[in-house]
Amino acid sequence: MSVATTPAPPAPTPRPPRTPPGPGRTRRFWVPTPKILILGVVGIVVAYLAIVPLWFLIQGTFFDSTSNLFTLEGFKRAYTDAQSFEMMRNSIWFAIGSAVLSLVVGTSLAFLNVRTDVPFKGLFFAASIIPLVVPGILYTVAWIFLASPDIGLVNFALEPIFGPGTFNIYSVWGMIWVEGLHLSPITFLFMVAAFRSQDPSLEESALMSGASRITVLRRITVPLLRPAIAASTLIMTVRALESFEVPALLGLQEGIYVFTSKIYFMLRTYPQDLNGAGALAIGLLGIAALGMVLEHMLSRGAKAYQTVTGKGFRPRPIELGRWRSVAGIAIIGYFFLTVILPMLMLIYTSLLPYYQRPSGKAFSSMTFQNYADLLEMSKATTALKNSLILGASSATLVMVLMAIAAWIVVRSHIPGRKLLDLLSFAPLVIPGLVLGLSLQFVYLRSPIPIYGTIWILLIAYCTRYMPYGMRYAVTSMQQISSELEESAAVSGATWWQVFRRVLLPLLMPGLLAGWIYIFVVSFRELSSSILLYSSGNEILSILIWEQFENGKFTTLAALGVVMVAVLMVLVSIAYKLGAKVGLQQD
Amino acid sequence: MLEISNLVKSYAGERARRGGSQGARVFAVNDVNLNVEKGEMFTLLGPSGCGKTTTLRSIAGLEKPDSGHIGVKGRTLFSAGAGRKTVNVAANRRGLGMVFQSYAIWPHMTVFHNVAFPLQVRPRGQRVGKNEIEQRVHRVLEVMELRRYAERPATKLSGGQQQRLALARALVIEPELLLLDEPLSNLDAKLRESLRYELKRLQRELGITSIYVTHDQIEALSLSSHIAVMRDGEVMQLGKPRDIYENPASKFVAEFIGSSNFVPGHVVGRSGDTYTVDTQAGRLNLTSAADMPAGTEVSAAIRPESLELTTARPTDGQNVWEGVVGTRAFLGDAVDHLVRIGKIELRARSLPNVSLEPGTEVFIKLPADKVSLVPID
Repeated sequence: MSVATTPAPPAPTPRPPRTPPGPGRTRRFWVPTPKILILGVVGIVVAYLAIVPLWFLIQGTFFDSTSNLFTLEGFKRAYTDAQSFEMMRNSIWFAIGSAVLSLVVGTSLAFLNVRTDVPFKGLFFAASIIPLVVPGILYTVAWIFLASPDIGLVNFALEPIFGPGTFNIYSVWGMIWVEGLHLSPITFLFMVAAFRSQDPSLEESALMSGASRITVLRRITVPLLRPAIAASTLIMTVRALESFEVPALLGLQEGIYVFTSKIYFMLRTYPQDLNGAGALAIGLLGIAALGMVLEHMLSRGAKAYQTVTGKGFRPRPIELGRWRSVAGIAIIGYFFLTVILPMLMLIYTSLLPYYQRPSGKAFSSMTFQNYADLLEMSKATTALKNSLILGASSATLVMVLMAIAAWIVVRSHIPGRKLLDLLSFAPLVIPGLVLGLSLQFVYLRSPIPIYGTIWILLIAYCTRYMPYGMRYAVTSMQQISSELEESAAVSGATWWQVFRRVLLPLLMPGLLAGWIYIFVVSFRELSSSILLYSSGNEILSILIWEQFENGKFTTLAALGVVMVAVLMVLVSIAYKLGAKVGLQQD
Repeated sequence: MLEISNLVKSYAGERARRGGSQGARVFAVNDVNLNVEKGEMFTLLGPSGCGKTTTLRSIAGLEKPDSGHIGVKGRTLFSAGAGRKTVNVAANRRGLGMVFQSYAIWPHMTVFHNVAFPLQVRPRGQRVGKNEIEQRVHRVLEVMELRRYAERPATKLSGGQQQRLALARALVIEPELLLLDEPLSNLDAKLRESLRYELKRLQRELGITSIYVTHDQIEALSLSSHIAVMRDGEVMQLGKPRDIYENPASKFVAEFIGSSNFVPGHVVGRSGDTYTVDTQAGRLNLTSAADMPAGTEVSAAIRPESLELTTARPTDGQNVWEGVVGTRAFLGDAVDHLVRIGKIELRARSLPNVSLEPGTEVFIKLPADKVSLVPID
C-alpha cells in the first residue's frame, strides 16, 4: 500500500524533490492509506453496533413479523391491557422508591465519610465494591433467603415477636429494599465525589460569618449539593427502571410486573408477542433516554455554580462527639446488612444438601458436596469457560475499537467525529433487556448464522459496554499532550507508527483499566444474555438463573460463591494495577 | 489588639499515620508569638508549608492548635496547654472577618445575599432588622463599588469584583480583625498589582486591623506595616518591611526576600556596631546591628542593587574590590552584571545606562551600611 501513497523514488541519486500534491494534481486511483482504512473500519463498526439494533427494534415493533405490514397492535396490546396501568404504577413506584432509598443511605454515608470523624472509614470502600463483585441476581437470592415469608431467616428470627412472615420480600417494598441497597454504594461514591469537589472554604466562610453548623448545612452545603443530588436521583431512577434481576426474581412470582419483567414475561409465554414486547421496550428506552437528557442538562447547569477554586485546604472534619459511637454502630450495621449477611447466606446455603434454616442439624449436615457436583456437571464447566472467553474477548474488542475511536474524537479533525462520539455513547441509554430483544430481532432476520451461538452474546456485550470503553479511552487520551504525538510525527513516524509506538504505550494504563472493568461486567451480565442464550451454551449467570427457576438453591449458591470468588480476584487485580474501577455497573 | 503567645500546632508524622506509635510529630506551628497593634496591616510571609496559613486558620478558629493563647482586644479566643485555662471559641462566635484564597463566594446566592448572610445568621439577640441589613449591605457594597451589581448572581462577577465582594462580606459585620489568606494569588499579574494598591488604600481608609498571609515578598513589602517571616512553623524575623529588607537576620530571610550575594568570611575586628570582616574577595568594613564576636565565621549578605560598578577606581578607597565582568543581562529597567572576583561571583544590578562588555575590568564599591552579616548555615 505504501507504494501507492508514496511513489518509490527512482533508485539512482540524487533524489528529486517531492512535489506536494497541489490542487491541480489529481490521482488516477484513490487508494486508502492504512490510516484511513483503520479509521473507516472503526467508524463503521461503531455505527453498526449502535444503530442496527435500534433500527431493528423499531422495525420489529411496528411491523408484523408474519405479514410484514405496519401495525400498532403491539402498542395497543402492551399499553391498554388491564394490567398495564398497574405495571406502570409499579415501575414508577419501584424506580423512585429505590432511587430515594439509595440516595438517603448513600448521601448520609458520604457525608459521614467525607466531612466527619466517623470511625471505620475503611469499611465504606469495602462496601462500595459490593455491587461490582456481587451481581444483582446473587444479591437478590441472598435476600430471598433472608426475608422471604416462608424460608426467610430474618422472619424466622422475628417470629416469636411479630408472628410469622414479618417481612415479605416478594412485594414492591421488598423490591425497593433490595434494589435500593444494591444501588446505595453507587450513590455513595457519586456523592463522595460531590462532597470532595466542593470547595471547603465555601462552608468555612459561612462559619466565619457567624453561622452555626446547622445553618451552614441548611443554607450552604445542601443548596450547593442540589445539582448532584438531583443528578444522582435521576441516574438511580433510570437504573432501577432498567434493572431486571430484582423485579424478575421478586416480582414475577406474585404477579408484580414492571417494564423489564413484563417484557421478559411476554417473550417467555407462548405465543411470543414480539410487537408487544417491542412496544414496551421502546417505552422503557424513551424514559431512559429522557432521564439521561435531563441529567445531562442538569450537569451542564451545575457548571454555572463553579467559582474560582483555591488550593483547597483540607477542612477539619466535624467532630461528632458523643454521636461518634452511634454513627459507628450505624456503619457496622450497614456493612453487616449489605455485605456480611448476604454473603454469609450464600456461603451457608452452598454447604447444605438442601436448603434449611440454620440449626444444629443444618450445621452438622454441612458438606462440600455441592462444589464437588459442580465439577461433575459439564454445564457448569462449559458455562465458566464461556463466561471467561466472552469476558476476555468483549473486553479486548471494545478497548481496541475504542482506543481508535477515542483518537478520532479527541485528536482528529475528521468531519463527523462528534457523531462517532454520540454513537459510541448511545448504547448507554439502552437497557440490557431492550438490547437483548433488539439483537434478537436483528439476528433472527439476518442471514448471519450466529443466533443461538455464544457469538451473539459477544455482540451484545460489545454494544453494551462500548460507552464505558469509550469513557476510559477518551479520559486517558485527554491526559496525553498532543505534543508527544506531534514530536513523533516530526521525527518522521507515520500515523500508525505514532499510534502504536507512542500513543498506545501511554494509553495502556487507562486501556487496561477499561479492559478489566469490561471483563468484570461482561462476566456477570444477565439482562441481555437472558434473551439471547440457547440451552447447551449457557454462561455462568444464566446457569445461576436456571438453578433459580428449577428451585435448586444449593447448587445456585455454590455457583454464586464461585462467581463472586472469580470476580473478587479480577477486582483485586484491578486494584493492584492501580486501576480506578469505577462503579458504573450495569 | 491581637496577641498570640506560644502557639503550637502539630500533626502526627508519616509513620504514626501509618499505624506506628513511634512516629515523630510534625510541627506546623512551633511556639509562635505575635503582637499586632490596632490599625496595622500585619503580614505572615513565608514559603508554602511554613505554617503561615495554619497560624491564620488558628486565629480564625478553623484549626485547633495544640496549645498556646490567642486573644483579640483582651478577649481570649483560644487558650490551652500547661497552666492555661482551656478556652476554644467556635469560629462562628469569634466575630472576625476573613477573605479566603478562593474567595469562597457562594455561587447559589446573589451579590446582595452573599453580603447579607453574615448579618442574617447572627445570634437572635444581636440580629438587626431587615431594613438595617439592607442599608448596611448597600453601604459596604458602595464602598467596594459593587452597588450596581447587587442583584447579580455572584458567579457573574470578574475576578477583581469577586475579590471585592469577598472583602465586602468580611467587612459587613465590622469585625475587630480582618484575616486575609493569599487574597491576590488567584489573579493575573496586572490585576494583582492594581488590587494590591486598592487593598492598601481600603485598609488605610477603614483603619481595620488586618492579618495578611502571602508567599509573595513584593506583596508583603508593599502592603505591610509589619512582617513576620516564617519558616518550618517558626517566626524567623519580625519587623518593618524596610528593616527586614535592609537588615536580614539570617541567610534564609536574605534569600527569601529580594535576592542577595553571599560572601563567606570571618570577623577580624569589632567596635560597637562597626565590623571588619575578611572575606575571600577582600576586606570589608561595615556597620551591622548583628552580634558577632571577633573570629566568628559569617556570611556577608549584599543586595545586587547595593553594588556600584565603575571602570575608574573610586576616590574613597574603602570597600573597593576589583573584578572582571563575566556575563551581562539586560532586564529592561535594569542591567545585571555577573562579576568575577577570584573564585567568587557577584551579581550587581545597575541602572540601564550602565552597560559593560564581558571581560571589562571593573571596580566594585560596597557601601558600609548596605552589607549585612548573617550566620553561616
